[in-house]
Amino acid sequence: MDFALSEEHQMVQRMVRDFAAREIAPNIKDHDRHQTFDRSILPRMAAQGLLGICLPVRYGGAGMDFISLGLACEELEYVDTAYRVILSVHVGLNGLTLLQWGTEEQKQRYLVPQSLGEKIATYGLTEPSAGSDAVGIQSTARREGDHWVLNGEKMWISLADVADNFLVFAWTDQEKKRARDHTGMSAFIIERSFPGVQTGTIHGKLGVRAGNTGWISMKDVPVPAENMLGREGEGFYIAMSALDNGRYTVAWGATGLIRACLDASVRYARERQAFGVEIGRHELVQQMIANMQLKYDTARLLCLRAGWLKNQGVRNTRETSLAKWHATVSSFECAADAVEVHGAYGYSDEYDVERFLRNSKGAVIYEGSREIQQLIQAQYALGYRKDRPLRCEMPAYDPVVWQQEA
Amino acid sequence: MHAIVCIKQVPDTTEVRINPETNTLIREGVASIINPFDTYAIEEGLRLKERFGGKVTVLTMGPPQAREALKEAVAMGADEAILLTDKAFAGSDTWATAYTLSRAIRRLAPFDIILCGKQAIDGDTGQVGPGIARQLQIPQLTYVSRILEIDPESAHIRVERLLEEGREIVDCSLPVLLTVVKDINQPRYPTFMGIRRATRMEIPVWDCQALPEANPEYLGLRGSPTQVVRIFHPPARSGQATLLTGDTPALLAAQLADRLLADKVI
Ligand SMILES: Cc1cc2nc3c(=O)[nH]c(=O)nc-3n(C[C@H](O)[C@H](O)[C@H](O)COP(=O)(O)OP(=O)(O)OC[C@H]3O[C@@H](n4cnc5c(N)ncnc54)[C@H](O)[C@@H]3O)c2cc1C
Repeated sequence: MDFALSEEHQMVQRMVRDFAAREIAPNIKDHDRHQTFDRSILPRMAAQGLLGICLPVRYGGAGMDFISLGLACEELEYVDTAYRVILSVHVGLNGLTLLQWGTEEQKQRYLVPQSLGEKIATYGLTEPSAGSDAVGIQSTARREGDHWVLNGEKMWISLADVADNFLVFAWTDQEKKRARDHTGMSAFIIERSFPGVQTGTIHGKLGVRAGNTGWISMKDVPVPAENMLGREGEGFYIAMSALDNGRYTVAWGATGLIRACLDASVRYARERQAFGVEIGRHELVQQMIANMQLKYDTARLLCLRAGWLKNQGVRNTRETSLAKWHATVSSFECAADAVEVHGAYGYSDEYDVERFLRNSKGAVIYEGSREIQQLIQAQYALGYRKDRPLRCEMPAYDPVVWQQEA
Repeated sequence: MHAIVCIKQVPDTTEVRINPETNTLIREGVASIINPFDTYAIEEGLRLKERFGGKVTVLTMGPPQAREALKEAVAMGADEAILLTDKAFAGSDTWATAYTLSRAIRRLAPFDIILCGKQAIDGDTGQVGPGIARQLQIPQLTYVSRILEIDPESAHIRVERLLEEGREIVDCSLPVLLTVVKDINQPRYPTFMGIRRATRMEIPVWDCQALPEANPEYLGLRGSPTQVVRIFHPPARSGQATLLTGDTPALLAAQLADRLLADKVI
């Protein structure tokens, strides 16, 4: 057993840390305050290969592994959640899902430009009236000749107003929709340019204010039959397998947020004086710091295990869900304590910790809320839930295959 | 075009603290980085390679872990890297360091240009670059903020130097040694391809046997004329600031001029 990061992973970590410090940190307060998404970050992330970090070179990616993806998420969210979200939807929920389920034509047409960062992609499952209850979505697709015609509304979609390509889920079988039989759902790749697609931004979010979150409206959108991802009726499995990768990035990001809280709190605890000593000398402050260290190490170990399983090509739904649950709930607790350590100053946007607290809550909700992750863990433990093999499994990471040129 | 870039691994001073008893840096547990000024030198070397072809060689003298700094430079795009490490080099001051590096550079010849950062953030002397040029008997252009023209064919270079009094434009012949300031460029990040290349690369290690031309008397502590007698904090500056107030810039300027005249500054 080897707990050390390889030299390669350490270099990836340093590179993304440096990138985030130089490209994101200087303007993050402004973007957060004004709720502006900085589009100029996308070409810079693309130039660095981040938008295809763990995708194979022959599909336009950088050919790195799942641990590299995780480290990048940790470093981005160390600075701000909004930038980790880009990797979560573009790479985690969309790119890797195309890699796992897409046909060669779909990979060439969509995955290659996405990995290169020429096109930005996201994932639309949630709707105004259905989030946790994915089978409760209302969007439909009806077949018309060589096309599907999509109708429906997606809500709370990250990068809705930014992305070029959307992976959306809709019912292709109306009988099964009424019966809530998830085998009636299918997945589609739609482009912003398709007629009938409209998007908008949601303002006034508690956190991730430097990120873009919005809605997608689909009115009689004609989608070529070859844009169905997977087979008819596989949509639900595709949506869930995508979450195995999305949740992984969220979990790693949350560890970055915990580390940011820990670093900020340690710094402040050594500067601020109260009762004649620096506040770090007070045991109740030490307790908060100790707790942050505990949460950081445990969250990160769970993330590393999930990443290791992914690299091995072993199904990791349970382990990834556990990492996501623990890391996000911990990040919210740590951010609240980081504000506490900073006292009144933590309550103002002069310091970063109030932003960390606002940002941390979202991840407790999205990609499966805290309650949903608990249900998953309990169901596995009780034997009510078992992983069934998928028609398309994510292959093990093989550096030779991943780094082979086209 | 063969550019040789001399780099130094230094403790990340944003993390470093001073031991109040000994007045020395507490290096334990502090991350090491490439001296920030040297990253501009690496970037400039890479840009020259992109313009003219050829290669960039990075060179460092230091303990075995200085290999990390070289790998970082390779990850940014440097082609070759040499690590100079030997117990015999330990304790080198700026003179012995410049001497040792210059002997290694002779082995790497021919070259068109040597690039160094203007100074290292740990020692802050700014002497090693110029020392190398003297040892090699080539011209030196320090504090370069821009390469205005460079032509390897006619062996000519024109640079802008950033001096306290202003900017100076200088023509010179190649080969030349430049020390660069941070205005010269914006260093790139390592790339994933570069990182893979760097981690798989075996970096040649040169000890004093690898420099047969070097006089052992001039190496390491023995070859270092500098003696550190004492390290201390400079006394805190005293004096006070006066804030002038006035309604218009012209009035303020007049007030300031009067004060400076009264104090015999001008
Ligand atoms: C910033 C942000 C970005 C997002 N980005 C995306 C995106 O890119 N793509 C996308 O598809 N979605 C996205 N979402 C949506 C997100 O995934 C959903 O909000 C989430 O799944 C929860 O769904 P809901 O909001 O409808 O809440 P509900 O499902 O209505 O849940 C409300 C509450 O009930 C609880 N609950 C629900 N069911 C159960 C149950 N069975 N047992 C116990 N408790 C239960 C929940 O835990 C929660 O506390 C995003 C959300 C946010 C806030």
